[in-house]
Amino acid sequence: MAMAATEIPDDLRTPTGPELDDLRLGIVGAGKLGTTLARAAIASGFDVAISGSGPADDIALTVEVLAAGARPATTDEVVRHADIIVLAVPTHRFRELPPDLFAGKILIDAMNYWEPVDGDDPQLTAAADGTSMIVQESFPSARVVKSLNQLGYHQLEENRRPKGASDRIAIGAAGDDRLAVRQVMRLLDRLGFDPVDAGPLKRGVALEPDGSPIAATYTAEQLSNLVSR
Amino acid sequence: MPTLEFGLDTFLPVTVDQAGLVSGDQAIRNTVAEAVLADAVGIDSFNIGEHYRTEFMDSAGHVVLAAIASRTERIRLGTSVTVLSTQDPVRLYTNFATLDAVSNGRAQLIVGRGSLTDSFPLFGFDLADYEELFEEKLDLLVRLLRDQPVTWAGNFRSALTNEFVSPPIPEGHIPTWVGVGGSPQSVVRAARFGLPLMLAIIAGRPERFAPYVELYKRALEQHGQQDLPIGVHSLGFVADSDEEALEIQWPYYKEQFEWAARERGWRPPTYEQFLAEVDHGSMYVGSPETVANRIVTTMQTLSLSRFDLLYAVGRVPHDRRMATIELYGREVIPRVRELLAAVPETGHPPPAAVRS
Repeated sequence: MAMAATEIPDDLRTPTGPELDDLRLGIVGAGKLGTTLARAAIASGFDVAISGSGPADDIALTVEVLAAGARPATTDEVVRHADIIVLAVPTHRFRELPPDLFAGKILIDAMNYWEPVDGDDPQLTAAADGTSMIVQESFPSARVVKSLNQLGYHQLEENRRPKGASDRIAIGAAGDDRLAVRQVMRLLDRLGFDPVDAGPLKRGVALEPDGSPIAATYTAEQLSNLVSR
Repeated sequence: MPTLEFGLDTFLPVTVDQAGLVSGDQAIRNTVAEAVLADAVGIDSFNIGEHYRTEFMDSAGHVVLAAIASRTERIRLGTSVTVLSTQDPVRLYTNFATLDAVSNGRAQLIVGRGSLTDSFPLFGFDLADYEELFEEKLDLLVRLLRDQPVTWAGNFRSALTNEFVSPPIPEGHIPTWVGVGGSPQSVVRAARFGLPLMLAIIAGRPERFAPYVELYKRALEQHGQQDLPIGVHSLGFVADSDEEALEIQWPYYKEQFEWAARERGWRPPTYEQFLAEVDHGSMYVGSPETVANRIVTTMQTLSLSRFDLLYAVGRVPHDRRMATIELYGREVIPRVRELLAAVPETGHPPPAAVRS
């Protein structure tokens, strides 16, 4: 029951282009976050392809049960499937992916670096402008946007609300490619969250552990104030 | 209805008393006393975690379990969880087969990848091998438990050829569960190995794990395994009344989660968030009746036959921990059994928890 995929015309790549909704989403990583996001995206009408670290068959049952309607795929197929890809692999493993894998794609970095879980990673520890800057360096041809990293899995699951709901919460998006940020904000809105523009990628550090928005829920106004400090 | 198991889990926290922090060695001896009480009040199992941090004294749980074995009669003695990825399965087998012998068949295990990774640098393992280590070690452990002599080869330890590892255990001994924090691949793996599933649910609504239960059942089918039990590990604290339980638990919960928040960069929990967890999340805090009702609801919702309570979050004093154990054993568990028995398997769920 996947929605018909819409080809994105080239002129959408400029901010003045028509606002066609691309309802395709790719998710790299079929763990807790990947499957939670896939479920939310399917429920929001997206055509979703998702991959684990191996062949599509390895995750077929998982996807069928946890995110019915999403298409289990290889990572290469996920990248071909959509213009927006969520990177939801364990943080200590993203460097195993080829640097040019996401060329031209909007890549949502949904990962967080937690030393007690991810182990000591000197480069990520030293990333003063946030770990997404390291992700951008690792995938130089991708249009990296930091988003969807802020909430716990159960918060993502339990807090999706229709537009205008009084208890709708906000999720931030930070990136240097402003059109990419805008498209990610539309995605967030469709998923059931108020999108907040958190500024350029290095400002994404405000969305990280040690930035206060982590694992706490805010309205769009509260989150805007927090990330613009 | 399958055999029900109600356990207690502890990470051996360094607690406080009137004089301040108790010493680590005293915390270990206090734990033995807690387990002796748990046995006396009819709790089914006592399960010790595995951490390598200053606030938890559970780095060699099998030694503590052996001490408990010598002072108890019936209670089963297990782990919650063993970080199998950084243990040698042969050593783990010898420790627990020996515990099984000295306890007259009461040893059990929950093995997992662990949510913290402190043991990787400590024992010289590479986090990059996180998945592969667990898969390989689980394979060897299962063979040692089920089918000796073992001929086996892997990437992370020396091969075994037609090896009998002593002591032998009677068939079916050392029930071994796979502990899962929500990774779907781990759920499927448990099914593939034909091992029962233990879900660690430490935040949020327990019913959000229903899809994982479904995934496990489907995976068991796919791998041609029989139906196997499912359990949940969650956090809680029992006192005479709801008010007393909240009042005692909250400051220690707050303190514990403020540490975790600092380490992971989260915002510490508010009292409202704590209350939400108590009301419909993964904190089972309150009077025996309140806690029993919440446990029943969770067990019904997720088709569970086992519930393990990590009793008292944070540095709650030993005497309060003892009081929780007493109430859990004497009042909560009998009430849960009574409520579950009153509900026909196809009937309506029991009334939801009512907080007085």
